[in-house]
Amino acid sequence: MRPVRLAWLLLSTLFLMGFPFVFGSGGGTSLLEQIFVFGAFAMSYDLLIGYTGIVSFGHAMFFGTGAYAVAIVLSKTGGSTVGLLLGFLIAMTISILLSLVVAFLSLRVRHTYFAMVTLAVGQVFFVLAGSQPLRPLTNANDGISVLTPVWLNSNLAVYYFILIFLAIVTLFLHRFIHSPFGEVLRALRENESRAKALGYRIFHYKTLAFLLSGLIATLAGGMYVVVESFVSTSVYDIGSVSLQVVLMTIVGGVGTLYGGLIGAGIILWLQNELANLAGSYPVFNHAEIAFGVLYVLVVRFLPNGILGTLKGRKGRWRWTSQTFKKSQT
Amino acid sequence: MSREPLLEVTNLVKTFGGFRALDGVTFTLHKGEIMGLVGPNGSGKTTCINVISGLYKPDSGNLRFLGKTIAGQAPHKMARLGINRTFQVPKPFRELTVAENILVVHATNKHTEIGDPLEFVGLKNVAHRKAGSLTSGQQKLLDLARALASGPSLLLIDELAAGLSPSELDDVAEKLLTLATRGISLLVVEHLLGFVNQLTQRVIVMNAGKEIFEGDLASAAKDERVVEVYLGR
Repeated sequence: MRPVRLAWLLLSTLFLMGFPFVFGSGGGTSLLEQIFVFGAFAMSYDLLIGYTGIVSFGHAMFFGTGAYAVAIVLSKTGGSTVGLLLGFLIAMTISILLSLVVAFLSLRVRHTYFAMVTLAVGQVFFVLAGSQPLRPLTNANDGISVLTPVWLNSNLAVYYFILIFLAIVTLFLHRFIHSPFGEVLRALRENESRAKALGYRIFHYKTLAFLLSGLIATLAGGMYVVVESFVSTSVYDIGSVSLQVVLMTIVGGVGTLYGGLIGAGIILWLQNELANLAGSYPVFNHAEIAFGVLYVLVVRFLPNGILGTLKGRKGRWRWTSQTFKKSQT
Repeated sequence: MSREPLLEVTNLVKTFGGFRALDGVTFTLHKGEIMGLVGPNGSGKTTCINVISGLYKPDSGNLRFLGKTIAGQAPHKMARLGINRTFQVPKPFRELTVAENILVVHATNKHTEIGDPLEFVGLKNVAHRKAGSLTSGQQKLLDLARALASGPSLLLIDELAAGLSPSELDDVAEKLLTLATRGISLLVVEHLLGFVNQLTQRVIVMNAGKEIFEGDLASAAKDERVVEVYLGR
């Protein structure tokens, strides 16, 4: 690892580890917990859109399924540790089955149709979660309040639990996209027919990428319940979850992995600030307008997202300085 | 060159709507042999290798590779059987480096006849560069290296010479001849007859989806039908 990268890693680790001690376990820490959860969610989405070239408008189906499965099992088991583990296990099982079904139904069709299918399936879950026949399980539109295990009762414990989750997800995704499998995904994102001609059965690769991405999004959904101790149909909402994760990934930089985390940080911070301002100025109640403007600005001035643009500039600078050095010799 | 047949193409037909792009093409290619597939634009040369490589399914006819029927199999299966190809428009994985373009292939195929494919095509010195930054000639060589990395026993070459300089052409011809000496059979689709002449004397001339001549290149140049399709009457 390059010294600069190592220094960045150490500094950011120290900053995140020490944050609750320096700034207290109040609003700032709660905001960071949300950023960690949605950052992991956005990174899982980047595995799809950025590394495999698959656009999904229904990624909330995984996030929501994770959240509901953990919340339902926790509420039925009185917030025990076993309940938490079982909730995650059930969530992961459903997620695997769901991604396989969606993949077999739609990954063979063209990208646009796949996006439409995911949008439709996501909406089905939204409707199911709020439906009256499923009220005994989901509590319909009232949502579910849950008790978390005793060892997660302090804000500090929740903070470190989520931070460890984020670290594991980040490490896993980093290793995954730099593995031979990740290289193949990048190749088929660029040109499916060439990847086919080189001997790859691309449907299998796309399915596995979709499955892994969905699994991480499901885990992030479960972590959302750990943070909020509550779940409602909003976790399946297109606008506040599915499209937001698209926005987070685009703002941070598609195909950069860590961009999703940065995008989640910016959007959730902005959301938080706008909510504070709305107390004094009602015009800020319409946060969607701000996000619309942000999206237009990013697409216009930073088409590769924040991290993508920074990487591009660094690459250009390195190329220019190397060319300059060569021309001097 | 062995007389053992590697690829047997029998009465291959491929239509697009009412247009017969391939109309009963038949030929045999032996192990270590180089065969030229020539003809004017639209004669069906590229369609023929698209069918052999699995990109298109044939409407009828048969394809046998090492004695096994393979007609209509998917491209990834053809590649695994040992049939690979280059493309008229190379399209490398632009965001990957030159070395990664080869590593991607190596992820499933570990055996090659020619050692390091990048070394073989002379791109080792640009291995670290993004493939999108290569010149069009270099991209063609990378396309060849990528196909070689899968360890093919049959290589389908689609207009590799187009856009290369005369010195590059000589160099590429020499490399292709080397491949044949190492047992890789080549089916070379080409417009430049001079380039084909450097590689082989055995050619098939196609016109309107049909073979109009099979034999050596010198005789093709004297054949009435070949002269007619190239020069008109």
